[in-house]
Amino acid sequence: MGLIFAQLLTGLANAAALFLVASGLSLIFGVTRIVNFSHGSFYMLGAFIGYSLMQVLPGAIGFWSSVLLAGVAVGIIGVIVEILVLRPVYKAPELFQLVATFGVILVIQDLALLIWGAEDVLGPRAPGLKGIVRIMGEPVPKFDLALIAITPFVLFALWYLLTKTRVGILVRAATQDREMVGALGVNQAWLFTGVFFLGAALAGLGGAIQLPKGGADLLMDFTILASIFVVVVIGGMGSLPGAYIAAVLISVLNVFGVSYLPQSTLVLMFVVMAVVLTIRPYGLLGREEKAGEHGQVGEPELPIKPASLTIRLLVLALIALLACLPFVAPSFFTILATDVIVFCLFAASLHFILGLGGLVSFGHAAFFGTGAYVAALLVTYVGTPMELAFLLAPVGAFLLAIIIGWLCLRLSGVYFAMLTLALAQLVWSLVFQWDDFTGGDDGLVDIWPSAWLRDTTSYFYFTMVIGIGGILFLRHLAHSPFGYALRASRDSARQAEATGIHTKRIQWVSFAIAGALAGVAGALFVFSKGSVFPVELEIAKSFDGLIVVFLGGVKTLSGGVVGAAALTLVQDYITRFEYWRLALGLLIILVVIIAPNGIVGSLRKLAHWLPFGRSKST
Amino acid sequence: MLELESVNTYYGKAHILNDLSFTLNEGEVVSLLGRNGAGKTTTVKSIMQLVKPATGSIVFDGNHLNRLAPHQVARLGIGYVPEERRIFTDLTILENLEVGRQAPRDGLEPWTVESLFKIFPNLEERQNNRGKALSGGEQQMLTIARTLMGNPRLLLLDEPSEGIAPVIVEQMAATIMQIKESGLPVLLSEQNLHFARLVADRAIIIESGEKKYDGSFAELEANPSIRDAYLSV
Ligand SMILES: Nc1ncnc2c1ncn2[C@@H]1O[C@H](COP(=O)(O)OP(=O)(O)OP(=O)(O)O)[C@@H](O)[C@H]1O
Ligand SMILES: [Mg+2]
Repeated sequence: MGLIFAQLLTGLANAAALFLVASGLSLIFGVTRIVNFSHGSFYMLGAFIGYSLMQVLPGAIGFWSSVLLAGVAVGIIGVIVEILVLRPVYKAPELFQLVATFGVILVIQDLALLIWGAEDVLGPRAPGLKGIVRIMGEPVPKFDLALIAITPFVLFALWYLLTKTRVGILVRAATQDREMVGALGVNQAWLFTGVFFLGAALAGLGGAIQLPKGGADLLMDFTILASIFVVVVIGGMGSLPGAYIAAVLISVLNVFGVSYLPQSTLVLMFVVMAVVLTIRPYGLLGREEKAGEHGQVGEPELPIKPASLTIRLLVLALIALLACLPFVAPSFFTILATDVIVFCLFAASLHFILGLGGLVSFGHAAFFGTGAYVAALLVTYVGTPMELAFLLAPVGAFLLAIIIGWLCLRLSGVYFAMLTLALAQLVWSLVFQWDDFTGGDDGLVDIWPSAWLRDTTSYFYFTMVIGIGGILFLRHLAHSPFGYALRASRDSARQAEATGIHTKRIQWVSFAIAGALAGVAGALFVFSKGSVFPVELEIAKSFDGLIVVFLGGVKTLSGGVVGAAALTLVQDYITRFEYWRLALGLLIILVVIIAPNGIVGSLRKLAHWLPFGRSKST
Repeated sequence: MLELESVNTYYGKAHILNDLSFTLNEGEVVSLLGRNGAGKTTTVKSIMQLVKPATGSIVFDGNHLNRLAPHQVARLGIGYVPEERRIFTDLTILENLEVGRQAPRDGLEPWTVESLFKIFPNLEERQNNRGKALSGGEQQMLTIARTLMGNPRLLLLDEPSEGIAPVIVEQMAATIMQIKESGLPVLLSEQNLHFARLVADRAIIIESGEKKYDGSFAELEANPSIRDAYLSV
């Protein structure tokens, strides 16, 4: 009994930081409709800045003022990010701002590395709260009790701010209908900036206040990201009490999980989320999302046309050039080109559901990784020949996509995106924690292709045939009646239903097809590298896919492919430098700001202006 | 005080307002009439800059509105009451009013919550209720009250009589008369000719975004052909 109570207290204490960070994310999303992926970075900055301040400011007063100052400092950083990076892209199509926040993640990662170094930092203990107390015979850290006591005050302060002050009332009004708030004379720009300040400050506070328990390191931005998304989604996007309940739920379950089911800790959170969303699709205390509430339609799309002769010839020439590569360039380039094609296929499959279907999946890496792992597991455990494993990999990804698609497609918009993220994380944590079967962190190695594909050149040709074939297949599908039906489901579900299109089924099938092709890419990948590790299933991998699709251009079929090729090449070049993340992040932000239609979209626009640019098709 | 000159507004490629011009003078209540889809809402939204007119000019008290953001238009003193009401359903009546509040304007007696509750007694009784608990009529009253909290010098009312019970419509007419007596000019978008005639001094009829009639109600009565051609009575 005493032990259970003590564990409950630990859970409540852990919920404190989680709630602070998640409530900031929830606030920012509620008002600005921006899914701020850099929120984890704000949290990390809070921890590092708090740490530095604590080195200078002595004693208990120093400790607590450091926490507060870290919050303020991160709030100001949030304002800078909002003004410099996000303001220029508010008018861009929905969710495009995501990409900008990816850029911010990279920039902050390298800045933190520059300033604080690569070493993990041990958080100082809170002065005056160092020991433990015994409750029912069990030791409970005093600091935990302080955290448990503080959280309700924070919740109360936020509640007061949001319900009793004019700013709070405006924020809540804007969460519901920001255009109307503007039409009543409120300058939304400053409201957004204010909300960003508050949201980032909360993340910073969370980072600083958890220092005595968790310290600071350069990985904490991504570590917390999945948890806060889960909390916000379980609680209901935009609901603070919901975030609190969810933070407590997750933290308490986690503590019990660690003691009783240690191999399940990572999985548990996502299982809870999947269960909650299955029962309450908009979270515990969330409001139903109305379609079109985001109010960002963007420009009408050019109709897709079959490629003009020039473009066809160009693509053919490019393919021919690629085919010559092994003869003219060192094998290093052949390997790079193999990577590029694999990533292009992955991106094209994501583009298929995202661009044509309007289904923004945050977890597409799950299918890529599943393809790779299915092949690797078959080879490792049953000695399946490569050819057969290669066929079964997409089948595995396809089946997974059927299941995930079925669960997620009952939701739409951001909720859909979040659930895909959570389920992908579920797959990742399964692979990561099931050491005996998947090799866990050590991955699976020695997965080589059959003899006839053993050398780099023949595998490159194999990749070319399969990869380009897959991309052409997707393109063909996009131009078929099926593709039109998919686009119709995206643009106007009701009208599509009225003309007899079963929109959900169409979306489901496309989701599964995209999953299968991502699985093909995964299989190509695993046999080219000879090994696979859980990173291939990570959030970061899904993000890479999103970045290239958005940067390449959502509205053009070639967007994903061009974006993927560009990113792989740039990355290959840029990662040779020490602070490549900084450079890549700034590059991404720059592209987002100057080319909000993506690379291909902007090139097309340019072509439209130039006299010779007659071929506007893909 | 408000002057539209050859305004053209598009939704994508659809040409909605077609060289629309009209003026509205101090102290005047003008009714913008037209059938479903005639472009009344688009006119009101173009004035508010919620939809950006492609060409033409809109001038309010010497200020060109075309380049402004909606909140700047609102701050110049144009109060907008949208057709779909768009009250904040999660907020209480008092909070809804707070969102609309703007600083008092020179030469105008500022509206206060108390003075508004005199005109809208129902709202006073339910001041701490959330917007979603209100009936359609009450919601409509709340939108008007919310906009008046901004102390507007011109009120744009988009179909206030739509979708509310006939008894409430009468009440609404009385309310608008009260507002009119306070000297506030109103542009009233309406389909309901009877309602418009009760409160407005002048009628402007549009059809497919083009002005078809601009004059008194008496003259309109005398020409039933105009009425039959452009209004569904
Ligand atoms: N967001 C939009 N996108 C495209 N077309 C629109 C949009 N809003 C309105 N329209 C079209 O513009 C035209 C004018 O619409 P508007 O809402 O201004 O008419 P209205 O006179 O207010 O009609 P009602 O009496 O039904 O309110 C209609 O044909 C309508 O279908
Ligand atoms: Mg209308």
